[in-house]
Amino acid sequence: MRWLSRSYLTLVYLLLYVPIVVLVVFSFNDSRTGYSWGGLSLRWYDSLFNNHAMVQAMWNSLWLALTAATVSTIIGALTALALHRYRFRGKRVLNGMLFVVMMSPEIVLAISLLGLFLLLGLKLGYVSLLLAHVTFCLPFVVITVMARLSGFDERLPEAARDLGASDFTMTRTVLIPVIMPALMAGWLLGFTLSMDDVVVSTFVSGPSYEILPLRIYSMVRVGLKPEVNALGTLLLVFSLVMLMLSQWILSRSKQ
Amino acid sequence: MTKTLLSLSGISKQFDGKTVLDELSLTIDDGEFITLLGPSGCGKTTLLRMMAGFEHPDEGTVTLSGVDITQTPPEHRPLNTVFQNYALFPHMSVFDNVAYGLKMEKRPKAEIAERVEEALAMVQLEDFARRKPHQLSGGQQQRVAIARAVVKRPKMLLLDEPLSALDYKLRRTMQVELKRLQRELGITFVFVTHDQEEALSMSDRIVVLKDGHIQQLGTPREVYERPANVFTARFVGQTNFFPGRVTNIEGERISVDVFGLNRDLNKPSFRVAMKQSLHVLLRPEDIRVLAPDDTEGVAGKIVERNYKGSTLDSMIELEDGSHVMASEFFDEDDPTFDYSIGERVRVSWVDGWEWLLAEEGDEPLTDEEELAADDAEH
Repeated sequence: MRWLSRSYLTLVYLLLYVPIVVLVVFSFNDSRTGYSWGGLSLRWYDSLFNNHAMVQAMWNSLWLALTAATVSTIIGALTALALHRYRFRGKRVLNGMLFVVMMSPEIVLAISLLGLFLLLGLKLGYVSLLLAHVTFCLPFVVITVMARLSGFDERLPEAARDLGASDFTMTRTVLIPVIMPALMAGWLLGFTLSMDDVVVSTFVSGPSYEILPLRIYSMVRVGLKPEVNALGTLLLVFSLVMLMLSQWILSRSKQ
Repeated sequence: MTKTLLSLSGISKQFDGKTVLDELSLTIDDGEFITLLGPSGCGKTTLLRMMAGFEHPDEGTVTLSGVDITQTPPEHRPLNTVFQNYALFPHMSVFDNVAYGLKMEKRPKAEIAERVEEALAMVQLEDFARRKPHQLSGGQQQRVAIARAVVKRPKMLLLDEPLSALDYKLRRTMQVELKRLQRELGITFVFVTHDQEEALSMSDRIVVLKDGHIQQLGTPREVYERPANVFTARFVGQTNFFPGRVTNIEGERISVDVFGLNRDLNKPSFRVAMKQSLHVLLRPEDIRVLAPDDTEGVAGKIVERNYKGSTLDSMIELEDGSHVMASEFFDEDDPTFDYSIGERVRVSWVDGWEWLLAEEGDEPLTDEEELAADDAEH
């Protein structure tokens, strides 16, 4: 039994990690074809950074993810606070509607957003992408922050008021610091979601603002270039760093 | 001459159509230790929150030193609260927690440091200033909460069941400590509890509350020895209720028939009529348990005995089936005295130790009150 469970686990992890390892290894491959080993080299990284369109798409994606995550964190945190703090008509409906956005197929969201933007006469580009990304990031941020707020001691704001803090000062000195880990977690979640979105972005992006996932997608359609491996490795390192950063922030806040 | 610090007059409050406080009036004197005692849902916490400014009455006014503060928000009231679960700011050190109120007053840094240190010294936590709340024990967190509230030198300290989360022994220690603090600071303490023992041992005055009404207001001794009604008698301490019937009234004395015994008692303060039924109240420690061949008292048998260390508590079943609680101290003559279950005894009491109450359409305790009363005994 023990042998069985071990080999099962090994198999699961192999399936998870072999593709990633292959990608990383082949990003350092000197061979032009992706299937044979031609020695170590950094040439694909070199060609990646000399590919102007690619670098531009990378920056675009980063900027988009950064702004979308920030905007959705701000709106999401305020929404979560309102849902948590106040009792009003339709609160349950609003709460449920968040889940609808989260659970509905991305393609549906994409089509409806495109329809909306066309209707509004909005030029497809950065702004349409930002609006779309904020839309699908929002429920995740709200739910993350709400989870933190549900464990929040209602007496804390009262204690602050009791000691002479105005509502605003209380929010600044007590509420926000206490829910900070959730804000960061929500932000990181939004950032990652925005960073690797393909479906919605395909519909709402325009030629003026090309982003990384779409660029990769179009590259791969022509044929798998080793450059893509290098890019994938960079993205992998980047997400690992982000992950460690978020873990570090969370563990520090628990102290 | 005591002077009034805070007064509540005609306070009413409803939550979702349910009346929590009903035209309640109360004045609190400067420097006293006053306790709001009652079962859960009696309105004691709402009353305290109204003093703090977290709730506003639907009707009535709250005045502090003669100034109407009914609508004043909590941050502008010179009162501070110690919360039930302490409500320490988890992201701040002990020092920053205590300093918070002074920072809000925009005091100079040096003064803040000095006063925080002073407050921490008062609760014996000087060495813990740099710790975070979660690194402290429950008792220490409690003391930080007190330091944080008194550092602002409030006119009044409001304590919302501050000891309920502590274990029995620590609670006793904190009770003594709170009394000491109150004496040293000379601040008025308003203390909310459902623990009658705590209320009796700490307070100058006790306000017994039920269903948003004050049942009794008096010193611990008055409340315990001369309860104003059946509820107070049942809620504060344990009491035997003996059914009595007035058989004779003569001047300041009345004769009452209790279990077939005819006892001459002092006439109570309420009006009595011949043949009237009334309650004869006796605390377990007022009961005398006599030998079965004694001529005095009512016959019964022991159905339960509990060794309590300093006392031997027993339950005696009388011949008519009613039960009597007795609590007897061990004395030097007979340190090994004990009862066996089923032992026959007679029950009596010393004249004058009883307390009479009129029958009041006799509502039995609701389950919740029963629970709260039980809870309070432990």
